[in-house]
Amino acid sequence: MAATGDPVLEVRDLVKHFPVTQGVLARRQVGAIRAVDGVSFDLRRGETLGIVGESGCGKSTLARLLMALERPTSGSVRVGGREITRAKGAELKQVRRNIQLVMQDPYTSLNPRMTVGDIVGEPYEIHQDVLPRGRRRRRVQELLEIVGLDPDHADRYPHQFSGGQRQRIGIARGLALRPEIIVCDEPVSALDVSIQAQVVNLLGRLQQEFGLSYIFIAHDLSVVRHISDRVGVMYLGKVVELGRDADIYGRPEHPYTRALLSAVPVPDPDGRERRERIILQGDPPSPADPPSGCRFRTRCWKARDVCAQQEPPLQVRPGASHESACHFPELYPVPRPY
Amino acid sequence: MSSAAPPKGAPPKTRRARHAKASGRGARTARPAGLWRDAWHDLRRRPLFTVSAVLIAVVLVMAAVPSLFTSVDPYDAAGCVLGDARQGPSAAHWFGTDNQGCDTYARTVYGARNSVLVGLGTTVLTALAGGLLGLVAGFRGGWLDAVLSRVTEVFFAIPSVLGALLILSIFRTGTVWTVTLALAVLAWPMTFRIMRASVITARGQDYVVAARGLGASAGRLMFRHILPNAIAPLIVVSTINLGVFIAAEAGLSFLGLGVQSPDITWGLMIADARARFHEAAGPLLFPAALLSVTVLAFIMLGDAVRDALDPKLR
Repeated sequence: MAATGDPVLEVRDLVKHFPVTQGVLARRQVGAIRAVDGVSFDLRRGETLGIVGESGCGKSTLARLLMALERPTSGSVRVGGREITRAKGAELKQVRRNIQLVMQDPYTSLNPRMTVGDIVGEPYEIHQDVLPRGRRRRRVQELLEIVGLDPDHADRYPHQFSGGQRQRIGIARGLALRPEIIVCDEPVSALDVSIQAQVVNLLGRLQQEFGLSYIFIAHDLSVVRHISDRVGVMYLGKVVELGRDADIYGRPEHPYTRALLSAVPVPDPDGRERRERIILQGDPPSPADPPSGCRFRTRCWKARDVCAQQEPPLQVRPGASHESACHFPELYPVPRPY
Repeated sequence: MSSAAPPKGAPPKTRRARHAKASGRGARTARPAGLWRDAWHDLRRRPLFTVSAVLIAVVLVMAAVPSLFTSVDPYDAAGCVLGDARQGPSAAHWFGTDNQGCDTYARTVYGARNSVLVGLGTTVLTALAGGLLGLVAGFRGGWLDAVLSRVTEVFFAIPSVLGALLILSIFRTGTVWTVTLALAVLAWPMTFRIMRASVITARGQDYVVAARGLGASAGRLMFRHILPNAIAPLIVVSTINLGVFIAAEAGLSFLGLGVQSPDITWGLMIADARARFHEAAGPLLFPAALLSVTVLAFIMLGDAVRDALDPKLR
């Protein structure tokens, strides 16, 4: 899954504020939910970027912004060098061919009134010029075969399939237009653990076969680790740490990342007691009224005055191996040779 | 249905064979696919549906070809003998005769057509107008939705008898078509609201978002994804409404606002027979009974359809 070449997706200072309004006749804005607040990253060809964070940190809003399902308040998303956030009509349709979505819930993401063949073939109905009409049925069967389903089941309906099979149908739909990027918004969190691995492995195989790049959004750190080349950790609409998966999991610098990692359940009873367990106090603050300075400071055991006054930018700090947004990152004395 | 997909390394042939064995080719033909076909299968097993469907079929045939049920043509005045007025049921006149000495049975049979026409016409008009406007308002939202919703609220504030009186007085004459139009104008806000609410629910579904992500046009989103998933409540309400509209037509005719003599409707027959009810109950009771049975049949059908279309009850 080695990432090569130039970025296929460039995200710069992406901001999405949802206005909070009051009043019946004259609606005035009384505030804003800062769902995504200044997110930047690149995604290279063939690379998988994992995005982790707890509920409400802006992961799904980020996915919707990348897919141009929401218009950002500011910032830019460039897909294959073309700006998607301000594209409209035919241009937007063109850019969308290159970035597709696999959704979380396989039970609600497939239209129950359409056959599987129609669902997987719909991309060709919308983008008529991709494939001549006569070859569509054959291609749909190929796609079903690729994701490990029986092509003869194309005339069945979604409710006749299991959750894992439905998620494969969703993946086949996402592959239809041969996009370079697939945004996976919690693609396995609605599935049984035994099925999760099958779907994750399928995604890995497809990546190698088609040279796909993934944005893999999840709250399950072990799943993300399995598939990702790089990982970004989000907290309250901001990326607080970004690095290669070995860095994030082996040398977490941001206190929030360390707390998250310490919460991963360990199946091996040996050594469970010796493990450092960081339990965060309280709930995440409201994204409508985030804390000043560092957003994590209200739950951070390292917080000092400077954390309330200055917002730490996401950058590689002296002695650190990767980017983090903390004034007092955890530093590891002997950097591992790569 | 096998829950786990076959291992990806398996060659296609074995994979296909395994699927065929596990889920069964035969199973596909035996078990219908799709919610509509499931609903149809479900409906056929409901006695409520069977009874109401048979009743409705009889009334529909009566409306289409009344001569199948009676050889007497009540529109031919020669058939009425004033001397035979207000007779009880007999072999010649099964339901007796009315004030003019006309055969009540033949008039009741011929009255079905106008009642059914008004019911069907109004139902189709309200489903089309209210359904389409509700679809667009629910999908688009914004000012269009706000304006249409306020308009429907105005209509809800008008008492329906007064409203019908007003509309019918504009046309001056009551015919099947003016009554249909008057009822439709008063009833479309109900279908609009039902459609709008279910479109708003369907609009936010994941599969609609997925289609938007593919670049689907507004028309495709509305008619391919939202409408098929949002139309069930409209169908249920329309079925029930059909009976209600037939009753409303009878009510308007009874008040003298609806269809006028010499046309025959059940409402008119009831109105005509009312004055002499103590001398001859038949001319009032028989059309009233058929009216009640027809209305009840449509409401029962609506109930059965609702149960069949609601997957939670299955």
